[in-house]
Amino acid sequence: MQITVNGSAHKVEVEEDMPLLWVLRDELKLTGTKFGCGGGFCGACTIHLDGQPVRACLTPVSFAEGKQITTVEGLSIYGDHPLQLAWIEHNVPQCGYCQSGQLMSAAALLQQTPNPDDKQIDQAMTGNLCRCGTYPRIKSAISAAAKMKAAAKIKRAAAKEGNADA
Amino acid sequence: MPDTTVKNIHRRQFLKLTGLSAGGLVLGANLPGWQPAWAAGLEKNSELNLFVSIDSDDTVSVVCHRSEMGQGIRTGLSQIVADELEADWQKVNVVQGLGDKRYGDQNTDGSRSVRRFYDTMRRMGASARTMLERAAAQRWEVPAGECRAENHFIVHTPSGRRLSFGELAEAAAGQPVPEEKDLRLKDSGQFKYIGKPVNTVDTPDMVVGRAQFGQDVAVDDMLIASIERAPVLGGKIIKLDDSAARKVKGVVAVEQLDGGAEPPLFKPLSGVAVLAYNTWTAQKGRKLLDITWSETGHSQHDSDAYLKELKQAVQEPGKTIINHGDVDTALAGASRSHSATYTVPYLAHAAMEPLAATAQVSEGACEVWACVQDPQSVQQNVASALGLKPEQVKVNVTLLGGAFGRKSKPDFVVEAALLARKIQRPVKVVWSREDDMRHDYYHAASAAHFQAGFNGDGKVESWLQRTAFPSISGTFQAGVDRPSNSELRLGLADMPFAIPNRRTETQRADYHTRIGWLRSVSNIQNAFGVCSFADELAYSVGRRPDEFLLELIGSDRHINPSQGDYKYDNYGEDLKKFPVDTARLKQVLRRVAAKADLNMRGDHEKNAGEGWGIAVHRSFLSYVGIASKVQVRDGQLKILEMHCAADVGLVVNPDRVRSQMEGAMIFGMSLALMGEIKMQNGAVVNSNFHDYPLLRMHQCPPLSVELIASEEPPAGVGEPGVPPVAPSITNAIFAASGQRISELPINKHLKIG
Ligand code: FES
Ligand code: FES
Repeated sequence: MQITVNGSAHKVEVEEDMPLLWVLRDELKLTGTKFGCGGGFCGACTIHLDGQPVRACLTPVSFAEGKQITTVEGLSIYGDHPLQLAWIEHNVPQCGYCQSGQLMSAAALLQQTPNPDDKQIDQAMTGNLCRCGTYPRIKSAISAAAKMKAAAKIKRAAAKEGNADA
Repeated sequence: MPDTTVKNIHRRQFLKLTGLSAGGLVLGANLPGWQPAWAAGLEKNSELNLFVSIDSDDTVSVVCHRSEMGQGIRTGLSQIVADELEADWQKVNVVQGLGDKRYGDQNTDGSRSVRRFYDTMRRMGASARTMLERAAAQRWEVPAGECRAENHFIVHTPSGRRLSFGELAEAAAGQPVPEEKDLRLKDSGQFKYIGKPVNTVDTPDMVVGRAQFGQDVAVDDMLIASIERAPVLGGKIIKLDDSAARKVKGVVAVEQLDGGAEPPLFKPLSGVAVLAYNTWTAQKGRKLLDITWSETGHSQHDSDAYLKELKQAVQEPGKTIINHGDVDTALAGASRSHSATYTVPYLAHAAMEPLAATAQVSEGACEVWACVQDPQSVQQNVASALGLKPEQVKVNVTLLGGAFGRKSKPDFVVEAALLARKIQRPVKVVWSREDDMRHDYYHAASAAHFQAGFNGDGKVESWLQRTAFPSISGTFQAGVDRPSNSELRLGLADMPFAIPNRRTETQRADYHTRIGWLRSVSNIQNAFGVCSFADELAYSVGRRPDEFLLELIGSDRHINPSQGDYKYDNYGEDLKKFPVDTARLKQVLRRVAAKADLNMRGDHEKNAGEGWGIAVHRSFLSYVGIASKVQVRDGQLKILEMHCAADVGLVVNPDRVRSQMEGAMIFGMSLALMGEIKMQNGAVVNSNFHDYPLLRMHQCPPLSVELIASEEPPAGVGEPGVPPVAPSITNAIFAASGQRISELPINKHLKIG
C-alpha cells in the first residue's frame, strides 16, 4: 500500500484494516500522533485527511490511500503555525501527551472558522480530552492564533497592494 | 543537605548517571538538533557536580533527577540551579537523570520535588558558580573575592576582565568542591529566574510532536507485547488456548506471566502476553486468546454492595485513634446536634498516556525506557524479578504523559523485563486504555460518618469523625483491614477546627483490589467529608459558611495533631519549618469568600437556581481555597465559574503553579462530577472514556487562580489543589438548590450540563 504523509509518499506492508494510528506510530515511527484510547473517545490521535480532522485510531489505513495525511509533525515546516506559536506563548501543555491531537483539532477549526467564538471552540474541541486540565489555556491560545492569522492576512493583502509597511 | 552531597564525581560517573556511556538507544553527543530528554549528549562536558556540567561551547547542562509528568519540574529545578549559578537561561540544557540513588530521593510523588530539593538545587548552582569563580581567579592570579559571576561570565570586578563559563569549564571542574560554609547564596531580591514564569523547556518539542513519552520508545529489533491480565485480584491461569492467537500473521510469540501473589506489591498480575512486530497485530492476537482464570477470594467483590457495607460500618462505633475531651458526654448534653455520612467511590488515575515500558535484558544487565515516577523503585523491582542487583538495572526515564500516582508503581516495567528475558529480545509492553482502566491501583472507595453537637450559644462543642476505606497498606502487607494512621494524617488528624471534644475513629474495610495513591490521596475523601459537614453545620444554625468556618478554625495558632501514640508526620517535614498554621488557612478562606456571594441562598427561585460554595483545605503543607458557582435547573447541573486561592509558600515558577491549580480544579471536577470505578464479580466494569468519563472542554467553566505572595519555604503544588474542589461544588449545589449531595459522583444525582 502507498500512503502520503506530510507530503511524502510511503510504501507500507500492513494489513488493510490496520488503523492509521499504528501505521504512523509503529511503521513510520511518526510518534507525534498519540495513542490515548483506541476508541475515538479522546482525540489524542487526531490527524487530517485531506484537511479534515479524523481519529487515526478509527481510520483503517486502506481508507487513507490516495488522500493527503497530515500529522502534527507536518502541521508546519518550521514549527511556526500560529497555533504552535500561541501554544508556546500561552504555555499551554502540561504533560503534553494530548497536545498533538488538540493542535490538529484546533488547526482544522481555524481552517473552517477563521474567527471562532467560545461556543464554536467548545464544539470543535470537545472530542479532545486533556487529563492534565489545560482547557482554559487551549481556548485562549486558539483565540490568539486566530488573531495572529487574521493579522498576517491583512499584512499579506497590504503587501500585495504594494503597501508593505501597513 | 539531607538527600545529596555535592561531590566532585569523576567524569565517568557523570556519564553513567546520565546514561551516555553505554550503547542501546543513547544517541551520540552533539548531534545537531534535537535529542530525547533522556539521552542528551554530555561527553565533552566538564562536570562540576552531580547536577551541573558545562560544555566548552558554553552550554550548561542541568540534570533533572525527578520525573516530568506535566508539573514542569524539568523547568522548575533547572531554574533554581541556573539562578544560583548565574547562568544565561538561553544556554541551559536540561538532561533527564537515570535512576540512581546518588541523586537522593527520585520518587516523584507527594508534591515534594521543589520542597525537598529547593535548597539542594540552590547549593548545586552556588557550588558550581564558586568553582568557576575560583578557576577564573587562578587564571588571572587574583583573589577569588574579586571575581563574580554575571550572566554566564565570570567578571574580575576591579579590571572588568571577563571569561565565559565555557572557557572556564575545564579548569572549574578541576577545582576542589567548595565547603558548604563557603557557599554564597543569593538574597531573594537578586533572583533572576526563581519566582519568574519561565516558559516550560519541553513545550517547543511538544507542539511539533517531537516530545518522547514511554509509548513512543523504539529500540532496534523490539517486539510489542499486549497482555491479557487476570480480571480479579489474585487470579491465576487455569487453562489457556492460544492457538488462534498464534495463527495471526505477525504474531511472534505467546508467553505467560505468573502472578497473582498477595499482597500484590508492585508485581505483575498473572497474564498472557501476545508478542508481535507491531501494536495492532499484538492487540489483534490477544483478542483471540481463550483463558480460564481461577476463582479467588475477591471473585464476589461488588463495589456497590461494598460501599453500602462501608456506609453501614461507619454508623457503628469503631476503633478510636485520636481523642480529645469527651465527645460522648458533650454530644449527650448538646442543645442541638447534626450528623451525616459521605461516600466516595473507587477512582482511576486515567492519565492520558496508557502505561508503556521497553526493556532489554542481557547477561547480568537490564536496560529499560519507561514513563516512571520512581526510577529507583524500578531498579529494585526489576532487579528482584530478574535476580539482578539494582545497580545492574539502567532506567531511562522518558516524559510521562500524565501519571497522578499510577506511574510510581512499576508493575508494568517488570512485565517488560520478564518478557524481554524470556524471549531474549527487546520488548515494549503497550497497555491499552482498557488495560489502564482495569488494572489500576485504585483510589480507595470510602465512607465517613460525622457527628457534631452545639452548645446553647450555637458553638460546636463536639465533633466525631469515623472513616472506613481499604488501606494502601494492604497493597504491601497481608491482613490490613482498616485505614492506616498515615492515611488519617491526610486531612482528618490535622482537621484544623478549635473544638474542645473531638474523636477520630476508623472502621473495618477489607481489601479486594489493588489500592494506590491518586493525586492528593486520602485528602480527597477526608476533605470531602470535613468540608461538606462543616457547611452542613453552618446551614443548620443559619450561618454564612465563611463566617462559620472562620469561627470553627478559631484563633491564629500552630496546631500539633500528634497525640499520645498517634504521631502526625506532617508529610515528612518538620512542624517548625512547615507548621499547621490556621492563620494561613483563614487567609485563603477570606480570599475565596471574597469571590463568592455567600448570601445568595434560601430563595432558589429568586436566585434562578444559582449558588456559591466554598471549601478550604491544607494538604502537602499548602493551603488552598476553592469557590464554585453553580446553577441547578430541572435536575441539571452547570458549573458557572470556579476560583482558587493558594498559599504554597515561596513560588519558583508562578506560571507552572497556576497551571497546576487549573489542572487540579479540572481533575477535581472530573472526580466530583463523574468519577466512579465499578467492580462486579471482582472485576472492573469500566473500560474506556465512555464509561469512565473525564471533564471535557465545554463542561469547563472559567477558572481563576490567586497565588498568595509568601516567603515561607516552598510547599506542595501538584496535589493540594484537588481536595477542596469536590466539596466546594456540592456546597454550591446545596446553596443553589437545597439538595445535599453526600455520595459522589454528582452525576448519580444530577445531569451534568
Ligand atoms: S486514540 Fe484515537 S480517539 Fe483516543
Ligand atoms: S497536557 Fe497532559 S493530557 Fe493534556
